[in-house]
Amino acid sequence: MNPDDLKFSKSHEWVKLEGNVAIIGISDYAQHELNDIVFVELPEIGKQISAGGEFGVLESVKTASDLYSPVSGEVLEVNSELENSPDLVNKEPYGKGWIVKLQLSNPSELDSLLNHTDYQNLLKG
Amino acid sequence: MNKLIFEIGKIGHQGLSLPASDVPEQEMSIPGNYIRAEAAQLPEVSEPELIRHYTVLSQKNFCVDTHYYPLGSCTMKYNPRINEDMARLSGFTSLHPLSKFNQGALQLIYELEQDLKEIFGFDAFTLQPAAGAHGELVSLMMVKAYFQSRNEKRKTVLVPQSAHGTNPASASMCGFQVIEIASQEDGTIDLVDLKSKLNTDIAAVMITNPNTLGLFEKNIMEVAEWVHNVGGILYGDGANSNALLGKARPGDLGFDLMHVNLHKTFSTPHGGGGPGSGPVGVKKQFIPFLPRPIVLKKESGYEFDFDRPQSIGKIKGFYGNFGVLIRALAYIRASGPDGLKWVTEQAVLSANYLKEKLKNYWELPYSQPCMHEFVLSGEKLERETGIKTLDVAKRLLDYGFHAPTVYFPMTVKECLMIEPTETENRETLDAFAQAMIKIYQESHENPDLVKNAPHNTPVSRFDEVKAARNPILKYSPINESQPRE
Ligand SMILES: Cc1ncc(COP(=O)(O)O)c(C=O)c1O
Repeated sequence: MNPDDLKFSKSHEWVKLEGNVAIIGISDYAQHELNDIVFVELPEIGKQISAGGEFGVLESVKTASDLYSPVSGEVLEVNSELENSPDLVNKEPYGKGWIVKLQLSNPSELDSLLNHTDYQNLLKG
Repeated sequence: MNKLIFEIGKIGHQGLSLPASDVPEQEMSIPGNYIRAEAAQLPEVSEPELIRHYTVLSQKNFCVDTHYYPLGSCTMKYNPRINEDMARLSGFTSLHPLSKFNQGALQLIYELEQDLKEIFGFDAFTLQPAAGAHGELVSLMMVKAYFQSRNEKRKTVLVPQSAHGTNPASASMCGFQVIEIASQEDGTIDLVDLKSKLNTDIAAVMITNPNTLGLFEKNIMEVAEWVHNVGGILYGDGANSNALLGKARPGDLGFDLMHVNLHKTFSTPHGGGGPGSGPVGVKKQFIPFLPRPIVLKKESGYEFDFDRPQSIGKIKGFYGNFGVLIRALAYIRASGPDGLKWVTEQAVLSANYLKEKLKNYWELPYSQPCMHEFVLSGEKLERETGIKTLDVAKRLLDYGFHAPTVYFPMTVKECLMIEPTETENRETLDAFAQAMIKIYQESHENPDLVKNAPHNTPVSRFDEVKAARNPILKYSPINESQPRE
């Protein structure tokens, strides 16, 4: 995925919209800050998640960090490959390292997210 | 690498030869499903094999007895041997906790409580909690019981962003909702934020002083007043008491309850595991809720009082980790009031001394005078040389120093947290500073040397990522033909 096609939250998650489905992962900056990720805790399928709510945990050698969903919806699918290869989040944060897919319940929430350029400006501070 | 105990010895090797049993065998009525089908695969070694195995391993230990150990947030001071001697007195070591010949042990518990009350300014102490985090949990259980007894339902606990992770964990274990208090630029609590979050739903505010960055939280008496004005409880995380002894009594500052870590300040090491002790001091209104039993002093002697209807109950097997209590009392009595004051003065002086020596090389995110420890950031070094704080930590081992705490607190990038402690002389502090500066120079001139460190230790750098991703937690016999890694 090209980061220019994604929307970003201030807590460093990204969203890609495919129809009414939101694919969610973490940004390249976030994976770099966390260092080598060793475990990903994924949500259960069918779980309702609201924008800003926790949907999982990333554990790296350095720390454990909660994942916050940028949008609300129901969990349709999780990236179960991460159970055996959590390093995909480090290697391909915008590709094979995606984390969950949600059935969007409130598409207008996407409007308050940042585009890639704004997100990068935020990182520069 | 050393072999594991399972890999040495041979079937039939023995360390003991027991006489034949002269007790007739008894049928035992253990249900079949509780009986092993196969014998446990325990290692079989001779006594010399056993002794050599563990002695060789112990010689590889990197510990306070062999090296300087400025591990931030752990107070890895040198603990005087006399306290170990006291803990090994046979009157203590051979005493069963249920024995009725317990007057000495009860007196020790009672007197340690009296001393802690005086040092920290509280009306009573419980010595039962097994560690700092356990002390937090026990305190919040008492807070809960206190409000229940008053028919008040308060659901929220305020915890500063900079708090040790155990604070919010203890609060949520107790069923409270946790709300974070922001930190200011200078590393201390944002008082405006704190004040704006206070209301009658707040059960307690948890404050660590000095905080986890080694900084003194000022205006604490004012904060206590604000908290008390909304009927809330001010809880103190006193894990860092090495910076308070004889100088400030948290009870006088307005804290209602507080835990202290005996296994940091009072002569038991924290880093490296082993039993701990996290006594909790309380003000009068919490005495009815203390864990039971408590020790009473009567004319006829010392006795346990179990008849405490409002108590939160028993929270630990027997009466806490007793061996740690013995060391603590010995340490307090051997130091005396002036000695304890000296501990704090030296701990704070040493930290400020090292901070000044290193601040021209590492960034100092909080520049005010520190208490017993301070943090540095290796962010600039990483940017300039690619050398991370982890590399610096590993290279320090080559120079004979245990690394400081790294990557904690997480609010500071490439963080190094240094706690020199009071037990090291100026020569040792200088040697440590020199090693740090040398590593700083090496990072610029020969980064690979630092990146591949340690070079002089029995084993080189571990692959921590592989260990975390594929942990092998159980020994399984390996095929003889398969080479060992
Ligand atoms: C500030 C603070 N609070 C709580 C704790 C938890 O103590 P323990 O590790 O004994 O559970 C520590 C540990 O060092 C600490 O530094």
